[in-house]
Amino acid sequence: MVEKAKRYRVIFSSRNMLILTAILPTVIFYIIFAYGAMIYAFYLSLHNWTLGQPIRFIGFSNYLKVLKEDPLFYKSLGNTFYYSIVVVPLGGILALLLAVGINGLGKLASVFRIIYFAPVVSSLVAISVVWRWLYQPEFGLINEILGILGGPKLMWLQDPHLAMPAVIIMAIWHGVGYTMVIFLAGLQGIPQTFYDAAVIDGANRWQLLRHITVPLLMPTIIFVLVTGVIGSFQVFTEMFVLLGSPGSGPLNSTRTIVVHLYERAFSYFQLGYASATAFILFGIILIFTIIQLRLLRIQWEY
Amino acid sequence: MRNHTDTVKVIEILFLSLGSVIMLFPFIWMISTSFKIPSQIISYPPTLIPRPPTLEYYIQIFAKLRFGRFFLNSGYISTIVTTSALLTSSFVGYVFAKFNFWGKEFIFIMILSTMMIPFAVTMIPLYLIISKLGWVNSHLALIIPGLYSTFGIFLMRQFMSTIPNELREAAIVDGCNEFRTFWSIILPQCKPALAALGIFTFMWNWDSFLWPLIVLTSEEKFTLPVGLAMFSQQWWTNYGLVMAGATVTVIPILIVFFIFQRQFIQGIVLTGLKM
Repeated sequence: MVEKAKRYRVIFSSRNMLILTAILPTVIFYIIFAYGAMIYAFYLSLHNWTLGQPIRFIGFSNYLKVLKEDPLFYKSLGNTFYYSIVVVPLGGILALLLAVGINGLGKLASVFRIIYFAPVVSSLVAISVVWRWLYQPEFGLINEILGILGGPKLMWLQDPHLAMPAVIIMAIWHGVGYTMVIFLAGLQGIPQTFYDAAVIDGANRWQLLRHITVPLLMPTIIFVLVTGVIGSFQVFTEMFVLLGSPGSGPLNSTRTIVVHLYERAFSYFQLGYASATAFILFGIILIFTIIQLRLLRIQWEY
Repeated sequence: MRNHTDTVKVIEILFLSLGSVIMLFPFIWMISTSFKIPSQIISYPPTLIPRPPTLEYYIQIFAKLRFGRFFLNSGYISTIVTTSALLTSSFVGYVFAKFNFWGKEFIFIMILSTMMIPFAVTMIPLYLIISKLGWVNSHLALIIPGLYSTFGIFLMRQFMSTIPNELREAAIVDGCNEFRTFWSIILPQCKPALAALGIFTFMWNWDSFLWPLIVLTSEEKFTLPVGLAMFSQQWWTNYGLVMAGATVTVIPILIVFFIFQRQFIQGIVLTGLKM
């Protein structure tokens, strides 16, 4: 009897109850909203299903259809790469230069930091609305300034060649402060003595940047690149607001994968097809993340 | 030599200041447009100071266009989700950091690896789950999936593991039960991490767009970003009105940021990473 009561007390001890109340609901939550959802998405991707119509198993046909018969998928893949390949490196380099410039300015540094960070905390939808106004062809500020400088009036968001650059300019403006703050944190980890020694040896500022800052900042740079690519592959809001729903832009010039996916799923309700597209996007992101981690590791572990 | 570095510094500051103008001007222009009468908005050359200034657009967005409602919706949803994420993250993070139990490693990896799943993959099934539960166009669709934060669990676990075990043991020896120990002894030690996590969770939710856009269908349920996006597409040519909407969306967060900027920026460094 006593034995049993003791065991009972151990099993229902406050320690075990704490673990149970923390872990059990969490596991249930993740099983439903993450793993269940993902398995469900995979199930859907194997079916031909438009909302409101009967569901039919078709194996991997959706995947084949996306990859073989959907020119818009390739268009959107290309646009996503275009966006990513410009925004990530250009934003990164700009942020690095800003961080190096600001670092060590003392009081002034915190002022600049606040200013460059302001767009990061601002609602992306609101910012996109503001830039849509700045890009307005007749009365928008950018064209009026170009006009005063004697430049042409550009149809920023109406011209298929300019729509993506317009989105990219805004995206860099919006994100550069975030990356800059990450770099500033990384810079704190580089000992000042390294710079002092190099300056005594007669190094100029470019050499300091090239031979001390960049190599020692490599882990931060890799982090910025990898998360930057993952994020930029899922770009959506900027397009949706700047170019108008669903964000495909003139001649589909700003149709990204998520825009494409959103339209398929929530305008045409082709849920099976859209799920297959989503898994293909997942695969692409995974492959790129692995490639980047591999490539960059080789370079910095010399 | 000294002169040379000074010149470099001056040029640097000049460039940074020019950059600052570029960073701030869209905000200034937004505010300026929102107070201008229509004829001044489209006048050439452009002028900065509204003459005469008008409050017409602000009156309209609150009186006729339900911006007040969007604002309240965003505010209360973000508050609930943030509070919940702080509680669950610190509780679950604590258990992962300080206790051993069957399946711990496996469960932790299972939770953490969901950070790799792009939202685009789960949004369709999530939408179907939500519609099965009858939560389409209900704020529950935004609140329930936000009860846990994977990133928060990870962050709090990291932070909790730096708290010495003796703290918990001493409390237990003194007769505190485990729940009480967590709440009154451990949690107060985590203020910096909680502040950082709270700020960012709130911001992500305040800013969240794609998911609310999918699940909310009627105007009185809209959050601020969805409301602003919809309304800007509907009223686009009324630039002053749209800019007033943007101003109302941006300015509160900017003010909070200016007051707590140190915590914001330290938060980024501490949480490192995700945004």
